[in-house]
Amino acid sequence: MTIWIERISAWTIPMLIAFIPLYAALKKVPVYETFIDGAKDGFQTAVAIIPHLVGMMTAIGMFRASGALDALIGLARPLLEAIGVPSEVLPLALLRPITGAGSLAFVSDLIKTQGPDTFAAKVAATIQGSTDTTLYVLTVYFGAVGIRNARYALKVGLFSDLVGFFAAVAACWLMFGAM
Amino acid sequence: MVNWIWLGMIVVSVICGAANGRLEQVAEAAFGGAQTGVTVCLGLISILVFWMGLMKIAENAGLVSFLSRLLAPVVRRMFPDVPSDHPAMGYILSNMSANLLGLGNAATPMGIRAMQELQKLNPEPHVATPAMCTLLALNTASITLVPTTMIAIRMNFGSAHPADIVGTTLLATAVATAAALLADRWYRSRSRPSDPPPALPSAKRKGIAPADPAGGEGSAAL
Repeated sequence: MTIWIERISAWTIPMLIAFIPLYAALKKVPVYETFIDGAKDGFQTAVAIIPHLVGMMTAIGMFRASGALDALIGLARPLLEAIGVPSEVLPLALLRPITGAGSLAFVSDLIKTQGPDTFAAKVAATIQGSTDTTLYVLTVYFGAVGIRNARYALKVGLFSDLVGFFAAVAACWLMFGAM
Repeated sequence: MVNWIWLGMIVVSVICGAANGRLEQVAEAAFGGAQTGVTVCLGLISILVFWMGLMKIAENAGLVSFLSRLLAPVVRRMFPDVPSDHPAMGYILSNMSANLLGLGNAATPMGIRAMQELQKLNPEPHVATPAMCTLLALNTASITLVPTTMIAIRMNFGSAHPADIVGTTLLATAVATAAALLADRWYRSRSRPSDPPPALPSAKRKGIAPADPAGGEGSAAL
């Protein structure tokens, strides 16, 4: 099953890249000129995102460097440990929605130090793999079209991260039992 | 809300940094973070330029609208205020399928194209529409079939069964996505009465827009 899905993933991109222009050419679309035309927008979009990402990354960098993130984790620790969350993965609950690169680094380190088949490593990998970085997605997607008032989108994203975190812990308890 | 989180993070960082005697590192991290932001964007440029070029071809060949017609019945219920033959539908569907297959770097440009199409339906260009919030909810929860990166990392460190997290990930991501959609629905139904009347978009933009973001945030806050 997983090998199948991996194979589909590997084939999809090359197939798309070949199929789309081929189909368009049959429909008499000038493929290369159209590509250039659309690609120009891509550049502008990427440039439009820069201020948004710089703003977010700055705040995140400061937050981590100041020790505020560690303090926050320290506060949450006793509470979460009481309900069966392995203490090693706690920082991930806060890191995951804020920084994709940071949480990936944290998970890799945890897998390395704890061993890839420990309960904590499995929980961490599940958390990392099951959601995306909310702040990054919000910044990039809304930044690209110049949305400044995100309304309730951030709350929804953070709420689903929280639910996802506990769902990941629960799923690991279900499938792998106690450590 | 973003305003407050941003301000809060910066102020708390400076206070915490001062208390911990790490103000120097905090200042350093501010510029380091800025650099990371630009680096990430530079990495995005190549992906966005390529995929948006390719997707322009798909759009002009009628593939995007074909896809949206084909799968619209499923997604229409999530995006009731987007016309089912609108190009945004096609991009939303491309974005969702790319996410599902774990094609992260294809999903982002498609999601951005979908946002750009949704923006065309937006009476207030700086305020997110409910459809945009739903699309964002789908992407932050990002339903995934195969967590390829995690499997690769576990394989790297010599796991006996690197892929045994597929089941737990699928379960967690499904629950998170369901939670995102439900929360989105809830906020959407709550905010509807206070939505600006669609009949007066231009007057709204000119007169009340500067004050509106704060007002909207306030009414939506818990």
